[in-house]
Amino acid sequence: MTRPSPNLTLAARQRHLEGKGTGWTVTARVTLAVYLLFLMVPIYWLVNMSFKTNTEILNFITLVPEDFTWDNYTLIFTDPTWYMGYVNTLIYVAINVAISITVALPAAYAFSRYSFMGDKHLFFWLLSNRMAPPAVFALPFFQLYSSVGLFDTHIAVALAHCLFNVPLAVWILEGFMRGVPKEIDETAFVDGYPFWKFFLRIFVPLISAGIGVTAFFCFMFSSVELLLSRTLTGTSVRTVGVAMTRTSSAIGLEYGTLAAAGVLTIIPGALVIWFVRNYIAKGFALGRV
Amino acid sequence: MRKVQNNGAWLLVLPVFLLVAFSAVIPLMTVVNYAFNDSFGENEFFWNGFDWFKEVIDSDRIRGALWRQFLFSAIVLLIEIPLGIAIALTLPKRGFWASLVLVLLAMPLVIPWNVVGTIWQVFARGDIGLLGVVITSFWADFNIGRDPLSAWIVVVMMDVWHWTSLVVLLAYAGLQAIPEAYYQAGRIDQASRWAIFRFIELPKLKGVLLIAVLLRFMDSFMIYTEPFVVTGGGPGQATTFLSIDLVKTALGQFDLGPAAAFSLMYFLVVLLMSWVFYTVMTAMDVEGGTQ
Repeated sequence: MTRPSPNLTLAARQRHLEGKGTGWTVTARVTLAVYLLFLMVPIYWLVNMSFKTNTEILNFITLVPEDFTWDNYTLIFTDPTWYMGYVNTLIYVAINVAISITVALPAAYAFSRYSFMGDKHLFFWLLSNRMAPPAVFALPFFQLYSSVGLFDTHIAVALAHCLFNVPLAVWILEGFMRGVPKEIDETAFVDGYPFWKFFLRIFVPLISAGIGVTAFFCFMFSSVELLLSRTLTGTSVRTVGVAMTRTSSAIGLEYGTLAAAGVLTIIPGALVIWFVRNYIAKGFALGRV
Repeated sequence: MRKVQNNGAWLLVLPVFLLVAFSAVIPLMTVVNYAFNDSFGENEFFWNGFDWFKEVIDSDRIRGALWRQFLFSAIVLLIEIPLGIAIALTLPKRGFWASLVLVLLAMPLVIPWNVVGTIWQVFARGDIGLLGVVITSFWADFNIGRDPLSAWIVVVMMDVWHWTSLVVLLAYAGLQAIPEAYYQAGRIDQASRWAIFRFIELPKLKGVLLIAVLLRFMDSFMIYTEPFVVTGGGPGQATTFLSIDLVKTALGQFDLGPAAAFSLMYFLVVLLMSWVFYTVMTAMDVEGGTQ
């Protein structure tokens, strides 16, 4: 693929567009600003609420908390039913990311380097699972994991999320691996490297950026999913999502606490996105995800 | 890339195959089993033929959910795709501001879906939410718990808020890949901004836009968590989409036969869509390879 240096291209394009008249530039900036405002206001309202007392939330509409309080956060960090929710979520997401990447690496390598019997059908079948509605699988998963004694464990949720994360991981990794020249493999094999040694020592480090992007998307899709994690867990593995939906269905709930819990779930995602910001556009450019 | 024919590659694919088969095929067989059988409990089943399927197809409730689902997906696509392209065109191209804007744009994508629901449920409340208070000030009947139109407005707005960024990022990546020569040609022809968009940018974005449309169609077709948290499918049945209806039938009422038949048909529709998706993708890969 030939792609000119994006900086040069876009710089030149920018000059061109600005040369066309500042009217366009101003319109563009204003549109973007309005759109970003639309994106940020709901989040701002959540953050704002998380620092208010419940009385203030229910009785006044204030743009900044008048009676600023950390109580909502203190409650979450001292009440095990809340903070264990975060721990549980992190555990199953971590297990899921580890499983997904471990099994997807060799498979993606196979898809990117070899053609074999049924490869196209297999790839399509994998992808079709990425597109399966979780609602279809909720009940059978519940029965399957109950019958093998995994109901209400972290591993059950992690395995269930593999349904959509493993195909996704194979898909993204395959795209990155295709960009690695085949000559590298061939040279290594001529030099007498056994396959696994070559794969782990040479190939995996070459696509570490791809693994990072894949891990990010697996993390994201596993942590945002609610339906399966809610169906497969009971009292011992209570996730944040479950804790929050159970609270929101109750009447007269503590909105401040709910808001604080929401803010805390946004922070990890925001941090991860800041770290992978340069790769995201690349991941999307591959047309994956 | 030239690929070597080697059936030994199956060994590398085997872990994925087994794992996904365990997660997908076994549960799906359970669904098939329920779809064709009836039971009086005690794990005894008898053959029921296609009766469940007939019941599902004849059900006004499910037809309603299907119609609402298509309406919702159509509205969402009609808003998100043009808006996404428009926003992508306004993004700064490099430097600190570009990074910052990208991070802000991607924020809604990494928020857990139930939190998205919670944010909008609170935000749209007429008594304590900013949006609800603003709208109620000129439209007194606004109430997502009682008025179907209000509920729809909020659910659509929430989806636009949540997912337009995906279209923006895809379109942005597509725009970045257009070679400068195309713009130079446009400049030589003294093309207007609109002409550049219509005849250079839009045709070059065709590939990513196709992906965006299909992804948005499929994900909006499977939507569950967000409307469930915001409206619970109400008021009445007004925002009960297919997944919400299915979960109510399967896990709420434990009506296994109809739920399974419903699941199979639902899955087949999605499978059909993903087949189209896959065919288009591979066709584009071939096209890209010959260039």
